[in-house]
Amino acid sequence: MGGLLDTLPGPGINRDEHDYALWEKRVDALMVLMSSKGYFTVDGLRRALEDMGPESFETMTYYERWIASVTQNLVEAGAFTIEELRERMAQVQARGATYGEASLEGGGGDG
Amino acid sequence: MAEPAPNFLPPYWDAEAASPQFAMGKKVRVKSGAPPGHVRTPWYIRGKTGVVERICGHFHDPQELAYGRGGGPKIPLYRVRFALSDIWGGNGGSGGNDGGFDESDTIDIEIFEYWLEPFWDYGGDFDAQSARLEQELTDAS
Repeated sequence: MGGLLDTLPGPGINRDEHDYALWEKRVDALMVLMSSKGYFTVDGLRRALEDMGPESFETMTYYERWIASVTQNLVEAGAFTIEELRERMAQVQARGATYGEASLEGGGGDG
Repeated sequence: MAEPAPNFLPPYWDAEAASPQFAMGKKVRVKSGAPPGHVRTPWYIRGKTGVVERICGHFHDPQELAYGRGGGPKIPLYRVRFALSDIWGGNGGSGGNDGGFDESDTIDIEIFEYWLEPFWDYGGDFDAQSARLEQELTDAS
């Protein structure tokens, strides 16, 4: 957040390694792909992340913030319309509530 | 007095772009201000004074790129070194986050040229500062 004094990291950082969910890897890949195609830059990613405000760092995970920022940048760049996004989100939601828990190793979230 | 000069061209150097205004070793002050939007200069470093550690090269303006614009002409980017005691206060302490820092505790921050201004250090000698500024104006005209 641009080094705002009240958002600087304090003690209690969890330094354990953790695996990424498949959806998180896809968000990362989407960022690389779309920026390499010229839809937006890493600066645009950061701008939208910062515009979410300091509280988003408390309430959202790293890649939740990323996908929100990537989505906003892609809408701004005209990659898709908001209506197209709504339609697609409805399709994905219809696949079931555990779809987002899928991993490359374990398959679906139901285990 | 000759300024310390790099004996190599920085990476990302663009011979067509504007020449850097500040040489290595030059004392600079980070401008103050809090414009809205995507600002690439950390909040806590604005208004602080540091020394140009190196010239990183020329880059398009990230504050423009952030909004899907072209980023304009490439501008110089500097790595500026600050004493932690100048930023967070305290000095001569035991280090750590208790507010005490020694001289070797520094932080390097990369800052674009338009966020920097020259720092005239005359130790409060305003006559000397005035003389220097008048000389600058004479030289410029």
